[in-house]
Amino acid sequence: MSKPRLALFDFACCEGCQLQIVNMEEEILDLISVVHPVQWREAMSEQSEEYDIAVIEGSITRPEDEERLRRIRERSRFLIALGSCAATGGINNLKNQLNLKEAQRIVYGDAADMPHLDTDSTKSVDEVVLVDFKVLGCPIDKQEFAYIVRCLVLGKTPEIPTYPICVECKLQENTCRYEHGEICLGPITRAGCGARCPSEATWCFGCRGLSDEPNVYAAREVMDKYRKTPSDLEERMALFCSKPRYDHE
Amino acid sequence: MSKKSINIQHVTRIEGHGNIVVNAGDGHIEKVEWQVPEAPRLFEAMILGRSWEDLQTIVSRICGICSISHSLACIKGIEAAMDIVVSEQTDKLRLLAHYSEQLQSHVLHIGYLVAPDLLGAKSVVPLVETHFDLVRLVIKLHRQANAWSDLLAGRTTHPLTFKPGGFSKVPAEASLRDLHAGLTNLIPDLKTLSSVLLSLADKLPTFERETEYVALRQADTYTFYHGHIGSSDATETVPLNRFETVVNEYISPQSTAKWARWHRESYAVGALARFNLNSAYLSPLAQEVAHAFGLRGKLTNPYLNTIVQLVECAHIVETSLALLDSLLTAGVQPETPNVQPRAGEGVGCVEAPRGILFHRYAFNAQGICTAANLVIPTNQNHGNIQKDFETLIPQIIDRDEEEIKLWLEMLVRSYDPCVSCSTHYLNVEFV
Repeated sequence: MSKPRLALFDFACCEGCQLQIVNMEEEILDLISVVHPVQWREAMSEQSEEYDIAVIEGSITRPEDEERLRRIRERSRFLIALGSCAATGGINNLKNQLNLKEAQRIVYGDAADMPHLDTDSTKSVDEVVLVDFKVLGCPIDKQEFAYIVRCLVLGKTPEIPTYPICVECKLQENTCRYEHGEICLGPITRAGCGARCPSEATWCFGCRGLSDEPNVYAAREVMDKYRKTPSDLEERMALFCSKPRYDHE
Repeated sequence: MSKKSINIQHVTRIEGHGNIVVNAGDGHIEKVEWQVPEAPRLFEAMILGRSWEDLQTIVSRICGICSISHSLACIKGIEAAMDIVVSEQTDKLRLLAHYSEQLQSHVLHIGYLVAPDLLGAKSVVPLVETHFDLVRLVIKLHRQANAWSDLLAGRTTHPLTFKPGGFSKVPAEASLRDLHAGLTNLIPDLKTLSSVLLSLADKLPTFERETEYVALRQADTYTFYHGHIGSSDATETVPLNRFETVVNEYISPQSTAKWARWHRESYAVGALARFNLNSAYLSPLAQEVAHAFGLRGKLTNPYLNTIVQLVECAHIVETSLALLDSLLTAGVQPETPNVQPRAGEGVGCVEAPRGILFHRYAFNAQGICTAANLVIPTNQNHGNIQKDFETLIPQIIDRDEEEIKLWLEMLVRSYDPCVSCSTHYLNVEFV
């Protein structure tokens, strides 16, 4: 079988996740030995309408972007949502908590009504089209990206942890961030990053989204023990974990 | 004059989305437009009501390439607003982290985004076959720059260790010694890269357009981090807390990003502006590289921005070696920031790789952000790119269409624009 053709498309985001692919350095050479990049606007001038794997970076925030995404889906056999913005809406979800017209006025002032400045609420890629694989994180972990592409090329299903960050954090032998008086989202956030932030002596802000079965009771216990409230937690969850909504009893 | 209609949708090998539209009729240019159609993200409005503790986590997401610059500008803004003074060690470690991002970003721009133009390729991918040594050199420089950011900031993109008041974690002295060795090793590589680029320098278009150049200025320093706002059109500098009088933002119908103007109808920021204001204070190796390319006095060819970035790479590595020496001589002490929020308003400013970056914030007594205004380098360059086009296109309109397209795309690329950044600036009325 010839090498699958890979195309990368960016929507509303900071483009930091595709930068992590560049940051693979020499390993990119390995990557292009198994997939053939045919379109990647930030890195290449080559363009192609024919590809097998579409990698989508960024959130979907305009009707014309939904159209573009549907066309890409139709042309691709596999579609990967790259990074938090694509996989869950990421930081762009903060926008959904605002009145959009008012937010546009805050940003653009009196010019806010000019049609080219219009924007809709934020959608993750899977709210518009079928997604085959998600690479979580803000930014993504380049090793996890390589692993998922490898699985895809080999026809295997990648195994992404379903348990929370705390498991990895304990393995790293970090002191719990609550001991430092911080609000950490480790108890409810999906593992897979190796507890990157607590290992740098700062709290987890939940960029990988909620784990499948967040231990809400344990999180409650931790909150009580350290005299924090669910609303403290929700304030921080607003950054990356605001979707899917989680009901606290 | 021949009839030409050029429409380049989504210029490649730049960060973000920009279009170039040119219509030339008989004897006159009907339309020349640099358009910015990037999706607005309304970041600005998103940070209102958020805690000072979460602010840099949010605003660093404005840009994946200059996330360290955004984080540092944010933290400096918070510290100015809350009267927080940091230790000399914190200041030096931040500057060191800031340099790492300049090197990361410059090498990415020179090696991955611009070099293909100079070698007649469409991307770095075919260069793996044709110019493997150059690709390997660029990868080596880029990898070292990234490892450097990892060490200081906790990771390459979206830094973790920076906190208002200090660092969550300081690097071990042994790691700083390794970094010193790693950077020393880069000097021969930078010289090689310099000679490769010198052999290709004649591929850069010759085009001169004098404009206003704006950058930070600090006494006797080629500054990226401290100082006041300087301009090639002014003898006096402007204090940071009056940056709005410099940028004078306005909205153009051809852009979702705001544009800026000061003494003239447009101005330029970035490596070229820094060079034009501060080149006397470049390090010896950087002076040597500049001399090899014949760079002196005021540079007015925008395509030279990439070459000045190379000069800056030499300056950054040499200056960082001295900074590491002083940190290691003093010894690195653990320090835990202990900051209580308070009400106030403040400005943070740094030179991002692509130019001067301003953040202003206001906070209430609980440290909740009540107002903000961020002005990004690429916003400040959009108007100047448009003016360059207006001057350049009549000069080259009779050339082959493919060549015109290449020159226009190369011009945009030379500014190293960060378009997604520039549509995320914020502007909230301060009362």
